[in-house]
Amino acid sequence: MELKEKLVSSFMAFENTVDVDSPVHDIRTQAIKHFENEGFPTKRQEAWKYTSLNAVLKHNYSVFPKHEEALEFKDVKKYFIHDIDSYKIIFIDGKYSSHLSQTTHDGIDVCLMSSALTKPKYQLIIENYFNKIATKDGLSSLNTAFSAEGAYIHIPKNKLVEKPIQIIHFSTGNEAALMLQPRNLVVVDENSHVQIIERHQSLTDNPVLTNSVTEIFANKRAIVDYYKIQNDRETASLIDNTFINQKQESIAKVHTFSFGGKLTRNNLNFYQNGERLDSTMKGITIIGNKQHVDHNTLVHHIEPNCESHQDYKGIFDENATGVFNGKVIVEKEAQKTNAFQANNNILVSDKASINTKPQLEIFADDVRCSHGCTIGQLDESAMFYLRSRGIPEKEARALLMFAFSNNVLDSVKIPEIKNRITMIIANKLGVNIGFDL
Amino acid sequence: MLKIDNLHASVEDKAILRGINLDIKPGEVHAIMGPNGSGKSTLASVVAGKEDYEVDEGEILLDGENIDELGPEERAHKGVFLSFQYPVEIPGVSVTNFIKTAINETRKAKGLEDMPANEMLKLIREKSEMLEIDRKFLSRSLNEGFSGGEKKRNEIFQMAMLEPKLAILDETDSGLDIDALRIVANGVNKLKSKDNAVVVITHYQRLLDYIVPDHVHVLMNGKIVKSGGAELAHELEAKGYDWIKEEVNA
Repeated sequence: MELKEKLVSSFMAFENTVDVDSPVHDIRTQAIKHFENEGFPTKRQEAWKYTSLNAVLKHNYSVFPKHEEALEFKDVKKYFIHDIDSYKIIFIDGKYSSHLSQTTHDGIDVCLMSSALTKPKYQLIIENYFNKIATKDGLSSLNTAFSAEGAYIHIPKNKLVEKPIQIIHFSTGNEAALMLQPRNLVVVDENSHVQIIERHQSLTDNPVLTNSVTEIFANKRAIVDYYKIQNDRETASLIDNTFINQKQESIAKVHTFSFGGKLTRNNLNFYQNGERLDSTMKGITIIGNKQHVDHNTLVHHIEPNCESHQDYKGIFDENATGVFNGKVIVEKEAQKTNAFQANNNILVSDKASINTKPQLEIFADDVRCSHGCTIGQLDESAMFYLRSRGIPEKEARALLMFAFSNNVLDSVKIPEIKNRITMIIANKLGVNIGFDL
Repeated sequence: MLKIDNLHASVEDKAILRGINLDIKPGEVHAIMGPNGSGKSTLASVVAGKEDYEVDEGEILLDGENIDELGPEERAHKGVFLSFQYPVEIPGVSVTNFIKTAINETRKAKGLEDMPANEMLKLIREKSEMLEIDRKFLSRSLNEGFSGGEKKRNEIFQMAMLEPKLAILDETDSGLDIDALRIVANGVNKLKSKDNAVVVITHYQRLLDYIVPDHVHVLMNGKIVKSGGAELAHELEAKGYDWIKEEVNA
């Protein structure tokens, strides 16, 4: 049976495991119909022209893991940013792990989607926010249909949440192949600030496909800093669908660090529903072998006096392939928009490739919109310069690659994340040099 | 220390060096002068190991060892230093981090531990003060947006940090005003010892007023056509190169 049929036919069984009387029952039912109509995207669709899911969809994924697994913190510590005090929402094979987590209801809610979807005290937030900005495409609909677990974060107004929140999904390899559909909801009310780190980590080489949906609401003057660390095994694939709705004077930043995984697709969508707000999306992609990373971004400028900043750097070695598709829509009312987009790439090998495509649709006449893409190689004269100072070829190459991408780290506010990213990069490039710049 | 024997080198099949002979002993300063396009920078790059150049004939011996097969970093580890005519801008790498990496990679190659951080800082402070380099300058991206003079001073700072056995200064004087020239030359002179050697490549006499050469060589059309003492540089400054051309052609 094909994955699509398997999922559609599992839906009834799934609905029986969750609360059929839940307010989201109708949403789920609608969503499975959408998925049944839409199916998985194919290369015939413009937005999927350079990314094929065929190889990823061919596995016989378990849709519901059979039993719960436990993990010891010491065995998975390295996947945490463990040198900072943080809240943790941890899942093992899609199931919540209370043992590894640290949640809270003390003035803020950092807890589980499963509780939020079932307990009356969260009902209002769910009614107001759940599935309000996720699009109705096949993949998001599929996630909506099966949405049961994930992170639920609600920060009421005037709260500065000092501890970052880490959301980590582990897969243990207990299933021969596993499909996960985490669903996250983040609501940040007026004048509050939250920092979130998200990671998906497979612990064995059994195939894993994650189709995740995250809805984020940054209300008036809220600040949201979201970090995605994608450094998974080469048998794990991730489709990350993130939707961010911003209200006036809010600031939302998403940093995506893509260093691993078989196929990674980031659908990152910003909707600017307010004036004088700022949306930032930045990324560093460093991949090799036959890895594939696709960044598909959308910024929808709806109101005047707003800004958006996009800065994605990519380094592609061996047979790696990359895609950047950055769409910016500036509505007629969105005067004085300042939209900036940059995508710079280095192809290290002859076999690596990148398809980069800016898409600007501008209907307002008093705006500043700039975009630029570059694709190049490492500068040979710089290589000679570094080597002539005693820095070996491999290290010189690594230093140049790091230097090429490191301005993306300037806006990372948590030093421990910055350190971790530089360590991952050094490791990825096979060098042992301090990039402490 | 450095012995160049009948060196022929080319780039993309175009012969540039056509039989260079040079013998540089520890403690000596050699100046290489010559008109544009005579092959001065090529000679510097070939000794430093730039891979764009093909050595067609002859050999370069450093302390008796043929270094032709060695990469630029291995030559650097053996004490070769090239001060670039056009230092490369490297955005995103600070001067400090660059020099730290260079020193520690060189130490690693010699089987030594990384230099302790406090020792490194002390050394950086000492050498930057010697060259009158502002501390703020050290945290800037390497050569990015530096003026011509700043770039050259930064090259000599790196030389001071790395303490090479053989330093080749490729037109270090170009782009320097008289004050910077004096600071740079003083720096080079302080680094001079009986165990190391300096090769100064220049068009002009003025740097040689400060760094006085033991030997002056005139390079023309890929060959050393005349060698002499410090007085030869004065003669070239006064009379230009035409008289040598005539001498060579005679």
